[in-house]
Amino acid sequence: MSMVKKTVPFEGTKEQEEQLLQVIKAHKGQKGALMPVMQQAQDIYGYLPIEVQKIISDEMDIPMEKIYGVATFYAQFALQPKGKYRISVCLGTACYVKGSGKIYEKLQELLQIQGGECTLDGKFSLDACRCVGACGLAPVMMINDDVHGRLTPDEVQGILEKYE
Amino acid sequence: MKSLEELNAIRDKAKGQITLRLDEEGHKAGGAYRTHVLVCGGTGCTSSGSMQIIDKLKEEIEKNNLSNDVSVVMTGCHGLCALGPIMIVYPEGAFYSMVNVDDIPEIVSEHLAKGNVVTRLLYDETVTDEGLKSMHETNFYKKQHRVALRNCGLINPEVVEEYIARDGYQALAKVLKEMSRDDVVQCLLDSGLRGRGGGGFPTGRKWQLAMGNEADQKYVCCNADEGDPGAFMDRSVLEGDPHVVLEAMAIAGYVIGANQGYIYVRAEYPIAIDRLEIAIKQARELGVLGKDIFGTGFDFDIDLRLGAGAFVCGEETALMTSIEGNRGEPHPRPPFPAVKGLWEKPTILNNVETYANIPQIILKGADWFAGMGTEKSKGTKVFALGGKVNNVGLVEIPMGTTLREIVEEIGGGIPGGKKFKAAQTGGPSGGCISAENYDIPIDYDNLIAIGSMMGSGGLIVMDEDDCMVDIAKFFLEFTVDESCGKCTPCRIGTTRLLELLTKITEGKATLEDLDKIEEIASYMKQNALCALGQTAANPVLSTLKNFRDEYVAHIVDKKCPAGVCKSLLTYSIDPEKCKGCRACAKNCPADAITGEKKQPHEIDVNKCLKCGVCMSKCKFDAIVRK
Repeated sequence: MSMVKKTVPFEGTKEQEEQLLQVIKAHKGQKGALMPVMQQAQDIYGYLPIEVQKIISDEMDIPMEKIYGVATFYAQFALQPKGKYRISVCLGTACYVKGSGKIYEKLQELLQIQGGECTLDGKFSLDACRCVGACGLAPVMMINDDVHGRLTPDEVQGILEKYE
Repeated sequence: MKSLEELNAIRDKAKGQITLRLDEEGHKAGGAYRTHVLVCGGTGCTSSGSMQIIDKLKEEIEKNNLSNDVSVVMTGCHGLCALGPIMIVYPEGAFYSMVNVDDIPEIVSEHLAKGNVVTRLLYDETVTDEGLKSMHETNFYKKQHRVALRNCGLINPEVVEEYIARDGYQALAKVLKEMSRDDVVQCLLDSGLRGRGGGGFPTGRKWQLAMGNEADQKYVCCNADEGDPGAFMDRSVLEGDPHVVLEAMAIAGYVIGANQGYIYVRAEYPIAIDRLEIAIKQARELGVLGKDIFGTGFDFDIDLRLGAGAFVCGEETALMTSIEGNRGEPHPRPPFPAVKGLWEKPTILNNVETYANIPQIILKGADWFAGMGTEKSKGTKVFALGGKVNNVGLVEIPMGTTLREIVEEIGGGIPGGKKFKAAQTGGPSGGCISAENYDIPIDYDNLIAIGSMMGSGGLIVMDEDDCMVDIAKFFLEFTVDESCGKCTPCRIGTTRLLELLTKITEGKATLEDLDKIEEIASYMKQNALCALGQTAANPVLSTLKNFRDEYVAHIVDKKCPAGVCKSLLTYSIDPEKCKGCRACAKNCPADAITGEKKQPHEIDVNKCLKCGVCMSKCKFDAIVRK
């Protein structure tokens, strides 16, 4: 049974907000600064909840609908928080023909979540991605910044167990 | 940087540092170190641990008191990613492959200290009875001709002097000092260089158009948003030789009259971004970017913009919309970017690999470049060779090389002795080439003629275990995901095509559905707003044309000949072969297998999930999948 995407209450700190305001200040007056600001905001908070979008909107004097439009257009921007360990399975063509689809299925089965979701304990989130460029190691998945390559579905459980 | 003399002084000083690594100069000694150890720091090798290898090497070199004799150099990609991490020791040219951290102490104490090459750890193809074979004579490298990748795997991308030692920034100096804007355009036109990012538009023509449009401000952009899944040539250039892109963009700036450039690079390429940032900083410090370059009064600067994961942003108008900070949706052309591009100003956009060719064309001349390739496709092309092929990696070959040469010779054939079935080029806009066209010379026009396209250069090999309907469906899932939704033919067309393909893979389609596919595809081609939608049906059309039998088998016989499409498969147990070991029954997640120990087992098809676990567990080949 897959879980419904949950909305975690926003828990941004004053320090984070201070950092974000600095970023916005640094980009003031620059052409096309919205995306770099949003990217750095996501680095600060880990995701882009509506509260953060609102700060950007107010400070940069850009309407909310435009910010929300940009946030939802690009795959990189996340409106939901990610897990402590972010798993992304490469579904690029080279990995796909070497069976990464089966790895992805196995992860959904083991974690009991669908792609794009996060486990209830906040430990793992699962996403598919397109080509991390390690085609020589296909099929590949990344957990945070670690690359796991030449995978078989049987190995997946053992790898997950290494992440506490 | 005020003068050519200054640049030449840096070059002459740095040249000694790298001659040791150049085969053509007979391993002349030079520079401060007697031995250079080159370790690949590209994404592929980094993923398999090359940074740990560099750390260990430095530690062991220190221990063996070799710090004054041996230099460890992190380079860009050598191309043979399947054998990573790769490490090459000069002057011997010893090619260590799949290096393990635990092997480093032995390599240092034996090879680097005493000169005894550890043959056991070398790439086996370089080891012969007569001694070491140069990597350039191995099957993977010997047919390659490196132009765009000439510095990748040879220089340290984070040391600008090494780029300058390889004649870096000489082309920019030559253009600024000796050539008029028209000369440069003429040189590119004569060279026959065409855009390496997809469409193959003549680069000189593009620059000429932007040059001819008067405006108070113009822009030069670089498309480094390599979105085609399975293609990583641009990433390798950025990681291995970032300055070449900066130099070529400055040249473009001079020609069209722009003083600002933007590189739009995928956020998923952290190493490439790091190296670009370092390179831009170095170039500014040296004065090859900034104000009054080479004392000619020409100003040019470059900024990075990170893509945020949208395939459509590889399309030029969408890319520019995205740099402006908007949803990356394309808009109709004309007006073309050469007239109205970024912030409504004349703009040129070229892809990374296109730029990587330009300094060499300026220095060596249009004739040199036009001497390579076929009649209408000049020069070389970099392909990211992947999928079911032994030597997965990056290859640069003259245009006109055949698919057979690429797969069988350079690629070392297909693993497990399987049969070649198809090669996919051009990513989600391209198509599948069947064995019938194995000997066709690969160039822009031939690929279009057989229903595929060059695209950015992904080349995925498929064998008899790949289902062509499933592959077409895979690409459509991609385009449905990535369609920006602005125009109806693409948004609805891709969705309808995917529905039809899903029906086929589930055995619920009729032959009329094939006609529907063709009808929708031709409508999309004519009416979609941008190249993404216009070409989205290509993977379906090319597989339908080349592998129609397979589609018919799914529809009429309700069978998937390659054994991929789950809904059409049934698993059973061959009672002759089954030994009753219970391995399958124990591992079946659905408890679908019954039978007494040492008696042939049976699969209950109603319970079976078709997961294939039984097949992978059976030691007696008794599980039959049909």
